[in-house]
Amino acid sequence: MATQDIPRIMKHGRVTPWLYLLPALVVMSLFIVYPMINTIALSFSNSDGTASASTLCREGRACWGIFENYRYALTAELNFSSVGAFWSSFWSSSYGNTLKWIIFMVSGTVSIGLLFAVLADRVKYEALAKAILFMPMAISFVGAGVIWKFMYDYGTQQVQIGLLNAIITALGGDPVSWLSTVPLNTFMLIIVGIWIWTGFCMTVLSAAYKSVPDEILEAARVDGASEWTVFWRIIMPIILPTVTVVVTTMVINVLKLFDLVYVMTGGNFKTDVIANRMYTEINTNYNVGRGTAVAVILVLAIIPFVYFNIRRFLAQESMR
Amino acid sequence: MNRDRINQILGRIPTHVVVIATIVIWIVPTLGLLIASLRPVQDTNSSGWWKVFSAPRGSEPYVQHCASCHGSDGRTLSQADLSDAAVIGKYPRSLQLLALLRKDINGQPHMGDQPLPTPQEAADIAVYLRSLSGTERTTRFTLDNYIDALVGYRGLRNYRVDCAEGPRPVGLNCNLSDLLNPRGMGRAFVNSLWVTIPATILPLLLAAFAGYAFSWMHFKGRFLLFAILVGLQVVPLQMTLVPILRLYAQFGLNGTFLGVWLFHTGFGMPYAIYLMRNFLGSLPRDLFESAYLDGASHWTAFYQLVIPLAMPAIASLAIFQFLWVWNDLLVALVFLGGTTPVMTYQISNMVTSLGAGWHLLTAAAFLSMLLPMFVFFALQRYFIRGMLAGAVKG
Repeated sequence: MATQDIPRIMKHGRVTPWLYLLPALVVMSLFIVYPMINTIALSFSNSDGTASASTLCREGRACWGIFENYRYALTAELNFSSVGAFWSSFWSSSYGNTLKWIIFMVSGTVSIGLLFAVLADRVKYEALAKAILFMPMAISFVGAGVIWKFMYDYGTQQVQIGLLNAIITALGGDPVSWLSTVPLNTFMLIIVGIWIWTGFCMTVLSAAYKSVPDEILEAARVDGASEWTVFWRIIMPIILPTVTVVVTTMVINVLKLFDLVYVMTGGNFKTDVIANRMYTEINTNYNVGRGTAVAVILVLAIIPFVYFNIRRFLAQESMR
Repeated sequence: MNRDRINQILGRIPTHVVVIATIVIWIVPTLGLLIASLRPVQDTNSSGWWKVFSAPRGSEPYVQHCASCHGSDGRTLSQADLSDAAVIGKYPRSLQLLALLRKDINGQPHMGDQPLPTPQEAADIAVYLRSLSGTERTTRFTLDNYIDALVGYRGLRNYRVDCAEGPRPVGLNCNLSDLLNPRGMGRAFVNSLWVTIPATILPLLLAAFAGYAFSWMHFKGRFLLFAILVGLQVVPLQMTLVPILRLYAQFGLNGTFLGVWLFHTGFGMPYAIYLMRNFLGSLPRDLFESAYLDGASHWTAFYQLVIPLAMPAIASLAIFQFLWVWNDLLVALVFLGGTTPVMTYQISNMVTSLGAGWHLLTAAAFLSMLLPMFVFFALQRYFIRGMLAGAVKG
């Protein structure tokens, strides 16, 4: 490894390091490693974890034997009668919705965050502006859910107390029930996600942007490069590693996202996402086998990013 | 001012417009929540928060239907003085008011040849008359919603009025003990604190030890162990819930604070150790060399040297863990549930099942945001530093 030249400053026995590590390792094995293994095992069992999942098979119905919970988790929301039906059922399933979240929330947060980081750098009230954009990060998803449910409020009476519908009616339109109109509602939820997470992307990207040496930028500008060229040809390549880190972090965050959907729609009106579905299977339907199968699918989706994380760590270590 | 300077200023206008527009979009939702939570019940549920400074409810239909005879202050007709509480007391609601308007006065229709106000307008006029005559004191801002949310009041008026005039609200005692009502946000606040503080200190402590070992000690498998740790950071919470739930059921830990503390400690560990190692590892080597020459042991170096020096780093980590636990819903929902509700649980319950009015919901949400907001604005520097040190966990 790269950092092994940490000096043997102080002598210590073989056991001492493990004494420092022991408490942490014990809680981690108990609360992360053991449950992970157990979850995988449970995903091959029936609804209360007492028998194998293959006992769930019934004559004359499709069954994947021991993978029965996975069959349910993967196909229950889908309609295989025709290609068109398959697509439409996929896009309103928890998988399709999670995909929408990933695409729109990640691109939304990163692009707005980057734009804001660059523009705020040029104004005098930068600190204040960034603090305001960042503030939602301190608020809970539940709090943010209430804030935006209030914004989206749909009054059945004449009066609209939700700001969005008030603007629409003031402009002469009809009020919209934002959170129960499919497929608009998922996008309205994604907007809330963007509102929360843009501050994070902006802060990290802003730090990277500020680390771009001024001399290079000045040199390019003196040579007559436009701001547009400077941004895409000089700044972008330099901050690209940070952008990748931000994007992967955001994808992981989106995959785990639960609270927002739970509070705002409860996964109803076709807004379900993978993380909320897992909760529903376990705490509403009391089906441990199916719930853990969904959890394992979630982890499988995250694994490529774990790999990425470790590789980034190794790269960092070799630079130290 | 020369031409270049003017051009420069003009050229910056688009930047300012975009930045300011973004700030406004970002702050308006929170501002709306704050204003709505400070308005009286009737106002919050019947008009948009942005109307907080516009004319009081009912003044428009009053001017349209009544003011021509009664005058804008209601005193023009001495035989029907609308500013007299005794008169208005007889017509408190739109039903009585409309009945009166339909009746003839001295053989003439009350409204002359004018059309009657619609039921909605009549209701608004009734509200306006109550405030005009002083039978109902109206203010633009009130803290009543916060009091109601804190004590868990669910009646039709508000806690203060019910306690002053009776009947006593259901399940409440009208004294300080109400703050501990299990349905209220006061109790939830205490529960949240009681969950959060140990769940912040415990992982910090364990992570400091482990981080020290990872950065300044030698042992076999150090690198491999740390790489595994980096991988464990992204394991989703959902993956660990069911087995822990079953384990806790065996030990009777479901619904206990101890269970939640342990869970947050275990789950926060990989990220905390990762940050700790980055921070502690960046301390200068000379420190340890001179400590060694002075005959210090690892233990002395750890708690007399490393911990004090790493305080700023520990502060950023503490803020992170604190906010993470305070804002968490899933763990609280699964392990604590309704037996010891924390703030996030209480609010999500109000949203999903109880259908509490917006006046309560906005106040409750803002109460839960107070502490994180304070932490954020007071300690922003540490917060951002922690975030830059190693992306965000979750």
